[in-house]
Amino acid sequence: MAKYLLLKHYRGAPEAVNGVPMDRWTPQEVEDHIRYMNDFAAKLEGTGEFVDGQALAPEGTFVRYDGEGRPPVTDGPFAETKDLIAGWMVIDVDTYERALALAGELSAAPGAGGGPIHEWLELRPFLSEAPTVTE
Amino acid sequence: MLDDALLRELTPAVIGVLVRRGVDFATAEDAVQEALLQATLSWPDGRPAEPKAWLVAVAWRKFLDAHRSEAARRDREQRVEVEPPPGPAETADDTLSLFFLCAHPSLTPASAVALTLRAVGGLTTRQIAAAYLVPEATMAQRISRAKRTVAGVRFSEPGDPATVRRVLYLVFNEGYTGDVDLAAEAIRLTRQLVSLTDRKGAGAEETAGLLALMLLHHARRPARTRADGSLVPLTEQDRSRWDTSLITEGVAVLQSALARDRLGEYQAQAAVAALHADAPRAEETDWPQIVGWYDELLRLTGSPVAALNRAVAVGEADGPAAGLAALAAVDPGLPRHTAASAYLHEKSGDLPTAARLYSDAARSAPTLAERHHLTRQAARIGQSLPD
Repeated sequence: MAKYLLLKHYRGAPEAVNGVPMDRWTPQEVEDHIRYMNDFAAKLEGTGEFVDGQALAPEGTFVRYDGEGRPPVTDGPFAETKDLIAGWMVIDVDTYERALALAGELSAAPGAGGGPIHEWLELRPFLSEAPTVTE
Repeated sequence: MLDDALLRELTPAVIGVLVRRGVDFATAEDAVQEALLQATLSWPDGRPAEPKAWLVAVAWRKFLDAHRSEAARRDREQRVEVEPPPGPAETADDTLSLFFLCAHPSLTPASAVALTLRAVGGLTTRQIAAAYLVPEATMAQRISRAKRTVAGVRFSEPGDPATVRRVLYLVFNEGYTGDVDLAAEAIRLTRQLVSLTDRKGAGAEETAGLLALMLLHHARRPARTRADGSLVPLTEQDRSRWDTSLITEGVAVLQSALARDRLGEYQAQAAVAALHADAPRAEETDWPQIVGWYDELLRLTGSPVAALNRAVAVGEADGPAAGLAALAAVDPGLPRHTAASAYLHEKSGDLPTAARLYSDAARSAPTLAERHHLTRQAARIGQSLPD
């Protein structure tokens, strides 16, 4: 088994094929999209491949250490940030091919007009634990 | 009573007995958790005639075992019958002391919640971890740190029921419903607190107010979400699905609390909930009275959230323009401020502004369910606007 992170971006991914923003969809289209996402997660729980899924607020703050005895420095949020993560799903699957297939399926979630969004999702493998048997 | 419910009911009393015998709280709590585990393994073969005495005996042995050599502790507890060692019996005051200890002001809210659920509620660390979606090891650490924090507190030290109420309110209001129903658990513990403090003054009417608040909100639960988990706003809920027996009880508890004429924030919030419960249809809601209760709540707490809710109530009672005027005085950085503004603009007929604000509110929504709800609202209005 191998774990993969499926990343969804607010910004920073290539343009989706059907990229009409959600606030211009019809209520039914919103409904159908949410149901698709819920069904997808439920299906992966059913197959034993779901690990975690979370959505993030769009705005965050950059923070760094500023030396002994000083409060951390903060910066942002930056309106012009190029890469903005919207949320993730972690899956635990047998093969890379399976991970690709699932990411493709998630990207087919319906959007405006009821058709697939063809949204670009980023697939990143987790670095795994060292195996017990090494030779 | 189901064994699980009975066991959890008995937890604080059994801890109280051990502490009275001189065992320190942290050790007593561990011993009782082990005894509970033992009970879930062996009671299916026949529940003992005196469950509490059984638990005391087993917990006592667990405690002794922990202090004895390895060789001396081989499964003796499996043959334990009803044979409590001599010692003072617990009293209701012990359970109350336990409530105070677990909500001690030196604990952070998250620690107080976890410790209360374990020591007073009798939940396992695993169940508590699942309810708050954190790894079990993390929750175990949180609980043992909490126990270390209160290690120096005398068990019989007088406590403040207000801190206990805050912890129980948090249990009711936050957390995920999985294996354990935290809202039901909070109600159970609050009932217990009411019965322990009822004759003692010390803000007993506020504890009753908290219980009423919980009962009245719990009554709406069947109508609050759709089958797919999405939120149904109060005005759209199918009121025939509200639990009338919980409402009846909640209203009765609230009325007897209000009759004592010592108003507090939980009673005022429960009064708002009772007025909603009282309306057979959303249009029949007595908004002017609700505004009156929010005025009381603001006077008592000065809470900006109360001011925000009041502005929405004013919008219902006196029209959206009055509501927007009231909202203008509330800090715009408050969560749900944009959502309230969107709602009032929609009522005022300014649909383009409402649609834009619903979109903004969806982006800053603090929960996924709210984000989805607000996105739907934006879509609903957007559809009625020309492009």
